[in-house]
Amino acid sequence: MSTDFQPTQQSERFQTLKKRHRGFVFPVAIGFLVWYFAYVLLAAYARDFMATPVFGNVNVGLLLGLGQFVSTFVITMLYVRYANRNLDPLAEEIRTDLEAGRQ
Amino acid sequence: MSAAFVTAAAPATSVGDPVLNIAIFAAFVAVTLVIVLRASRNNKTAADYYAAGRSFTGPQNGTAIAGDYLSAASFLGICGAIAINGYDGFLYSIGFLVAWLVALLLVAELLRNTGRFTMADVLSFRLKERPVRLAAAISTLVVCFFYLLAQMAGAGGLVALLLGITDKAGQGVVIAIVGAIMIIYVLVGGMKGTTWVQIIKATLLIAGAAVMTIWVLAVHNFNISDLLGAAQANAPEGKDLLAPGAQYGLTDLTRIDFISLALALVLGTAGLPHVLMRFYTVPTAKEARRSVVWAIWAIGIFYLFTLVLGYGAGALVGPEEILAAPGGVNSAAPLLAFHLGGTVLLGIISAVAFATILAVVAGLTITAATSFAHDIYANVIKKGDVAPNGEVKTARITVVIIGIVAILGGILANGQNVAFLVALAFAIAASANLPTIIYSLFWKKFSTRGALWSMYGGLGIAIFLIIFSPVVSGGAVNPATGLSSSMIQGVDFHWFPLNNPGIISIPAGFLLGFLGTITSGRKEDPVVAAEMEVRSLTGHGAEGATHS
Repeated sequence: MSTDFQPTQQSERFQTLKKRHRGFVFPVAIGFLVWYFAYVLLAAYARDFMATPVFGNVNVGLLLGLGQFVSTFVITMLYVRYANRNLDPLAEEIRTDLEAGRQ
Repeated sequence: MSAAFVTAAAPATSVGDPVLNIAIFAAFVAVTLVIVLRASRNNKTAADYYAAGRSFTGPQNGTAIAGDYLSAASFLGICGAIAINGYDGFLYSIGFLVAWLVALLLVAELLRNTGRFTMADVLSFRLKERPVRLAAAISTLVVCFFYLLAQMAGAGGLVALLLGITDKAGQGVVIAIVGAIMIIYVLVGGMKGTTWVQIIKATLLIAGAAVMTIWVLAVHNFNISDLLGAAQANAPEGKDLLAPGAQYGLTDLTRIDFISLALALVLGTAGLPHVLMRFYTVPTAKEARRSVVWAIWAIGIFYLFTLVLGYGAGALVGPEEILAAPGGVNSAAPLLAFHLGGTVLLGIISAVAFATILAVVAGLTITAATSFAHDIYANVIKKGDVAPNGEVKTARITVVIIGIVAILGGILANGQNVAFLVALAFAIAASANLPTIIYSLFWKKFSTRGALWSMYGGLGIAIFLIIFSPVVSGGAVNPATGLSSSMIQGVDFHWFPLNNPGIISIPAGFLLGFLGTITSGRKEDPVVAAEMEVRSLTGHGAEGATHS
């Protein structure tokens, strides 16, 4: 198999696909890592803030921790929606053309 | 620590009915063995044995990923950590969950599109094949070994609790039996059989945890605040279970150790070879994505259960009883089951916990064996020139060897805290594997030298720091038992202050990959680089299902 992938790689369609993919995953990855480490640093160095009661025995720390669960679920759903709408159709188009020997 | 509770007079007896526990576990083994045998009927090619013919659906594979991931460390270790150290135990589960976003966004689909069986397939795609493959295989084997050790160590504690076997020799025999059953699963069933064991186990584990969670909540009138209050009421004087810091907030050093751990947890998952390998069992990248989504939901919901179970164990069992039990911290969940539903629930939950260890060990073993047979034997030693059946035959022999190593390691590591050993495996995966995975998927200029520096450097630095850390020698001595928390007793050659090396070794892995690349004169082939990039994003040329 010695298909040359360089023309495809440089094609406008492929560059769009790459831009769309990176344009979503990079900012979101940076975002959730910043949020996670902010939480970790709060847990390590802002104990009293985390221990602030909100209602009953439930405190800020517990709510922020549960917030990490919620953000993980939300990002997962957003990514799936984005990929289904903006990545999959284009990727399939390029793949079909490659398999048919077009570029 | 509340070590003072562990007195010499602590009852070293088991709870529940050992015969019942064994019977339920034996039933699990029998049922899964039949399924493994049925599933393995058409294991013919390497793709069948290593990747289950790529015939699993996203939801099936996602459940199996949860099965692989929700190890004894997650269930027993985290429940115990929350019961004893409260909030700090919860921090483990958050890191373990958020880590999946790295896998979902950056790794899973691209990896599925470019590789065939192993992590090394992807890493060596556009770099110099043999050295990179060898490095990736070595790091795969090391991570699997640490992870295996953690699982087998958990088995020992569980045996002590459930079967009333308190002497180390007896526990060793049971560890050997568990290991032997696992070897049979993997030998016969290959990836397909192993995957079914994971699916069944994950379903049982999550269902069991759900029942216990609802039960614990019902006891506290479905009021979370009451549950937290009851757990806190049982805590030793001056220990706040509801806020962070009980375990990691003691000194500045423990805080840095905690950050190091947090880094290892969140970056380790996407570098765990046995998790990566699961992405090859589905036919397309889209199914790989669906797998991760299923896994995230299953794992996330399970960790929410463990939060309730951990505090529930603190409230209903209490720290004294947990620490005095033969399995120590790891026995919080089984003891909670006993307090809630007596011997029957204990039997069910312990059988599930046992099945968990069995299944995870099977998943690790097939990963390590595949890596050895496919990467080291077939591609590095034989240079790709192997008889049609040679590779799978070698994989099967490796399974037996790894099984024996796991048994011996498990006997030696018996009694170590499992969550903690797993954290080390994560640190190594994050230092040695993740930088190279990310660079080779996203950085066009990444070179062979960068990959080798990053993998060997990350691996070497992580292991070096672990050897000279309190994990191996010179850890704090428990005044009640006179035993140190380290692996080796009675000597102290540690100088690295942290338990987890991640904070040094992970940045080092990334930095070495960068430095190696910018200093290497060799330019990698742009043709292959183009092929990898196009294939990774479009899925062109990815191997589909061999049969359904």
